Amino acid sequence: MAAVRTSSEIGFNRVAIVAVLLVTIIFLAPIYWIASTAFKPRNLATTIPPTVVFQPEISPFVKLFTKRSQLRSAPTPEEYAAAPWWERVVFDGGEKIVRDGKGQVQWSGYPSRFMNSLIIAITSTVLAVGMGTFTAYGFSRFKVKGEADLLFFILSTRMLPPVVVAIPMFLMYRAVGLNDTHVGLIILYTAFNLSFSVWLMKGFMDEIPKEYEEAALVDGYTRMEAFFKIVLPEAATGIAATAVFCFITAWNEYAFALIMTNRRAQTAPPFIPSQVGSGLPDWTVIASGTFLFLLPVAIFTFLLRNHLLRGMSFGAIRK
Amino acid sequence: MTQIELRGVQKFFGAVQVIKDLNLKIADNEFIVLLGQSGCGKTTTLRAIAGLETIDEGDIFIDGKPVQHLKAADRDIAMVFQSFSLYPHMSVYENIAFPLRATRKSKTEIDSEVRSVAKTLQITDLLDKKPSALSGGDMQRVAIGRALVRRPKAMLMDEPIGALDAKLREEMRAEIKRLHIKQGSTTIYVTHDQIEAMSLADRIVIMHAGVLQQVGTPDEVYSQPANLFVAQFVGSPVMNVTDAAVAETGSAVSVTVGGAASGFEFPQALLSKLNGHAGRQLALGIRPEGVLIRREATEGFVPVDTHIVEPLGSFDIVDLKVGTELLRARTKSGFVAGPGERVFARIDPTQAHFFDKASGKSLEVRL
Repeated sequence: MAAVRTSSEIGFNRVAIVAVLLVTIIFLAPIYWIASTAFKPRNLATTIPPTVVFQPEISPFVKLFTKRSQLRSAPTPEEYAAAPWWERVVFDGGEKIVRDGKGQVQWSGYPSRFMNSLIIAITSTVLAVGMGTFTAYGFSRFKVKGEADLLFFILSTRMLPPVVVAIPMFLMYRAVGLNDTHVGLIILYTAFNLSFSVWLMKGFMDEIPKEYEEAALVDGYTRMEAFFKIVLPEAATGIAATAVFCFITAWNEYAFALIMTNRRAQTAPPFIPSQVGSGLPDWTVIASGTFLFLLPVAIFTFLLRNHLLRGMSFGAIRK
Repeated sequence: MTQIELRGVQKFFGAVQVIKDLNLKIADNEFIVLLGQSGCGKTTTLRAIAGLETIDEGDIFIDGKPVQHLKAADRDIAMVFQSFSLYPHMSVYENIAFPLRATRKSKTEIDSEVRSVAKTLQITDLLDKKPSALSGGDMQRVAIGRALVRRPKAMLMDEPIGALDAKLREEMRAEIKRLHIKQGSTTIYVTHDQIEAMSLADRIVIMHAGVLQQVGTPDEVYSQPANLFVAQFVGSPVMNVTDAAVAETGSAVSVTVGGAASGFEFPQALLSKLNGHAGRQLALGIRPEGVLIRREATEGFVPVDTHIVEPLGSFDIVDLKVGTELLRARTKSGFVAGPGERVFARIDPTQAHFFDKASGKSLEVRL
C-alpha cells in the first residue's frame, strides 16, 4: 500500500523546498555576480542598479592575459583594421596591448600565477593526503605508544589560526631562502593540511575492516602489498574527500601567499586583486581572473562528487 | 600431507593470558574443530597458527617445520573469516584469483584454476559480480573458493557460517563437510556452536579460559566428558549436574540427589569404580535422555513431581523436582501433561557421569 502523506507533511515539504531554493540562491548569487561581471563590458560592471541583461564580451579575458597600457591617442583606422580581433577589443576599451621590441605580445602575470597555484595546490595536496594516509594507517592498525597524545599534538597544530605564525614563518623562510619559492609554499600548505588529513583519514581507516588486510596477508601478500592492493582502493572515498578539502584550502589560501611570495612563486589569490587595471580599477578583469580561478576547484569537486558525498556520510552508519 | 602441531603455546594480551600451555597435534586431512565460549582463546589460537598473531612462548609446527617466526604469507595456509572478508572493490573472479596472483602464476593458469574452483563450488555464474551483489551463502562460497584455490597446506576457518541465518547455516555446514571430504585438506575450524562442531569434526578441541579441556571425537566429548565444563558445554539440552551422595544399601548402591528422601539405585560396581571417591564431594552428571520416567510406580524408580514442561516439538524437556534439585528429563512429546504431576524416575547408570567436585575432573566411571 502506498504511503499516504498528510497535509501537514506536504506543507512542511513545500516550506523545505522554498528554504532550500532560498539558500541555493544565496550561495549561488556571488558566483553568478562574478561570472556575469567577467563577461560584461567595463562600463556596465559597476552600474547601479546592476545590469543583468547585456551583450557578453570576451574582452575582460583578453585583458586578463595581456599586458596593457593607456592609449594616448586613438589608433589610426589602418592600425585598427590590421589588429587581430582580440587586440581590437582592447582598443575599444581605450587601452593597447604592450608588445616587445620584436612585436611579440607581452603576457600579463596571470597565467604564471595560475600555474603557480596549480603546482603548489596539487603538490601540497598530494603530499598532505599521501603522508596523512600513511600516518592514519599506522595509527589505525598498530599499537603506537602515546597514540592519544600524538594525535592530540597533531590536532593542536590546527588550534591557532595559521596567520598567527605568519611573521615568525616569514623570518624563518627568509633566513633559509624559502621566501617566494614554490617549495616554501608547498611545505607550508602541506604542514597546515597534514593534521586535517591525518584525522580525517584515520576516521576512514578505522572504518575499513582489518580482516581485509589479514585475508590478503594470509593469501600470500606482504603488508605493504596488502596496503596498496586492498587498503588504498577501499580508502579511495576517504582519500578523495580529504584531497578535495586539502586542495580547496591550498588553492584559496591568501594570507601566507601574500606575505611569503611576491613574484616567482606568487599564487593567483594575492595576484587577482592587484590587477586593478592600468588606470581605474577594471572590475571585469578581476572578475574574469576570479571566474577562471573558481573553475579548477569546481571541476575537481565535480569529478569527485560521488566519493565526496559518500565521504561526508562515511562512518555515520554502523553496519 | 600436512600435520600441524602446537607445543607449549602461550599467549598474553597485556597481563591477560589468553592461551595457556596449549599442546595439540593435528593429523593430515583431519577436520579439527576448536570449540568454546567467546573469549576462550580459540580464535587467538587459530590466528596464531595463521601467523596473524604472535605467540609469547612455545612452538607451532607445520609439517614438522617450526613456523612461529614465519610471516602469514610464508606459511602456505588459507583462512576463511567470519565476515567473509571479500575484497569489495574486486569481482568474484578477482577475489578468487587474488591469492594466485601473489604466486606470480601465468594468466592462463590462474584463469583455469579460478574456473575449476568456481565449478566445484557452483559459483561460475557469479564470477563477474561484485561481492555486494551476493547473498550471504554465495559470499561464503566465494570466501571458501578464495581459500581453496591456492591448494594450501591447511584451511583455517574462523566461525565461517556464524553470520548466516539458521537455514543457510545448515546448508553450508553440509557443503563444508562435502568439500572437506572431496578436497581432503587439513582443516581447523573455530566455532562456539556445538552442533556445528559435532556435525563437522573428526575431533573436537574444547577450550575454556585459554586452557584446553578435552580433545576427542564428537562421540567421545559427548559421552565421556573429561570434566564438568565439557559435560555442561557439549550437548543440548544441557547435562544435569548436581551434588550427589553415594551410600551402600545392601546389595545395591543408592545415589541421593538434592537431599531427597529416596536415592536412585545404582549397581554395586559403582563403589569400586569410584575408587575411594565415594566419601568425597561428588557431582553427578546425567543427560536428560539418561533420566528415565514412568507414569506408574515401577521397581527401581523413585516418585518425583514434575515442575516445568518445555515442549520442543519432537520431544519434551520435563523438569523433575528431586529433593531440592531439579533434574531435566527428555520424554516423548506430550508424555507428561503438565506441572505438578506425580511420575517415577530413574537414572540410567550407564549414562551417569561422576565428577570430583573440587577439581571438576571426571572420575571416569563407566557402568
